[in-house]
Amino acid sequence: MHSSAVFLIEFGAIILSLGLLGRFAGRFHFSPIPLYLLAGLAFGEGGLLPLGTSEEFVAIGAEIGVVLLLLMLGLEYTASDLVSNLKTQYPAGLLDAALNALPGAAMALLLGWGPVATVVLAGVTWISSSGVIAKVMGDLGRLGNRETPVILSILVLEDLAMAVYLPIITALLAGVSLAAGSLTLAIALGVAGLVLFVALRYGRVISRFVSSDDPEKLLLVVLGLTLLVAGIAQQLQVSAAVGAFLVGIALSGEVAEGAHNLLSPLRDLFAAVFFVFFGLHTDPASIPPVLLPALALAVVTACTKIATGYWAAKRAGISAKGRWRAGGTLVARGEFSIVIAGLAVTAGIEPSLGPLATAYVLVLVIIGPLTARYTEPLATRLTGRRKQPPAARATKTEALPEALEPVDDGTARRA
Amino acid sequence: MPVPRLSSTPLPGIGARYDLTTREHRRLSVVAHRDGGRTLNAYRNDDPDECALSVKLTAGETAALIDALMPSHHSPNLLSTTDLGLVAECIELSSVSYWNGRVLGDTRMRTETGVSIVAVLRRAEAIPSPGPEFRLAGGDILIVIGTREGVEAAATILGRD
Repeated sequence: MHSSAVFLIEFGAIILSLGLLGRFAGRFHFSPIPLYLLAGLAFGEGGLLPLGTSEEFVAIGAEIGVVLLLLMLGLEYTASDLVSNLKTQYPAGLLDAALNALPGAAMALLLGWGPVATVVLAGVTWISSSGVIAKVMGDLGRLGNRETPVILSILVLEDLAMAVYLPIITALLAGVSLAAGSLTLAIALGVAGLVLFVALRYGRVISRFVSSDDPEKLLLVVLGLTLLVAGIAQQLQVSAAVGAFLVGIALSGEVAEGAHNLLSPLRDLFAAVFFVFFGLHTDPASIPPVLLPALALAVVTACTKIATGYWAAKRAGISAKGRWRAGGTLVARGEFSIVIAGLAVTAGIEPSLGPLATAYVLVLVIIGPLTARYTEPLATRLTGRRKQPPAARATKTEALPEALEPVDDGTARRA
Repeated sequence: MPVPRLSSTPLPGIGARYDLTTREHRRLSVVAHRDGGRTLNAYRNDDPDECALSVKLTAGETAALIDALMPSHHSPNLLSTTDLGLVAECIELSSVSYWNGRVLGDTRMRTETGVSIVAVLRRAEAIPSPGPEFRLAGGDILIVIGTREGVEAAATILGRD
């Protein structure tokens, strides 16, 4: 058979199976990410249907997938969002990093991995999945809840932290010396700071340069600009993903809106390809040995995320129930844990890192929506009903709002 | 009576939330999504941080709801109502309507429902008293006058896909 025919058949089969899996996931209202990972495992080495010809294209597609994931993330935020969240919520961000990155690092050291793999695993357990969490909050009808801004601002800080963390990882994986690594980091921080400053000051000018009434031209300009900047960032050892993220930040207003709508389908396609690629490079046979550490890590980091959310919501003056909800919602890890682990897998350090990250994300992407839903009822039941027994609640409802009104005013106005 | 004020909270990555506390100390909020959709929330009595109701609305549904909330409003699409039991309504043909490209006579509107089609609004012009040979197009807005039942029936006929 002709090689291009084989490629089309293989790639078509992959995409088609992803589409069918996505429909299956949609029917049960859960994220398709774990299914994409499993599909990658099935197609990869040692899987059910090893593929050969399309590997190269899938690798490039995965590269583009990461770039688009981060670009879309950047488009979600404006520079002022980032700066204002950084100013008001940095203690929560720091606690989040400490509580959730450390278990990953500790696990890596327990398993006897090298320093680079340790830093990578710390990132895997640190970053929550903003995609999964936003969807879960919408599904549970919690977008209007008072703890929601707290959850979102933690996600914003994590995403901003990625812009610093990814260049560090990239430099570490490239095995550069300390001096060169510090230089890379300085460049990354400088560029990130510069982009934020420019976006705050001249965001309108950049957007005007990119803006176009014709969707086709807008698509080409935004995509071209993003890939170009990502490539240059990669060349400077800053990481392509961060370059794309900064492009997303720099675009604002109508352009961001338009680009968001145009690029969503592309992002969905290539991000799916990326998850498959990650699965392809993981041998299913290597997962069972790391299953226990992955489960232990999942349990510990689920608890630390709950603690993070609880503390951050408490700091924002939210009642106990809302604190538990904030904690439970933050548990889900997903695409960015895989993005971080993917960097390490492509660089070829620590062979068991990929399988561990896969198992870990599979567990948490499935558990995450459940903890979001049930943490608060469980915690309320366990901590006892100090407020009032349920029997009294029904009769007291009329009087309650009055009693709560001062609290209400005190916090609702803070925004 | 003080003017109620909306406070707003940014929701990075989603949009913004507008809050209103009513005179009876019930909280309502609207989440404005960046894609033009809205989520309408009402809060629980026993936990004012949590929504008891959270309804996602499209831009069109939001517009219809705003219409219903306006103080001057009486019923959907109403132009005027008389004491004689006649009503006038604007009925829009969807772009995928069965009647797109068919002539007005085919609808057998007057025979079936007894309503009169007074005018058709198309883009920026109004065509008064269209005849049976008038060709309808998707997006046309028909102004119909008749009894309440007749207008309902007309809306059903015109709503055919």
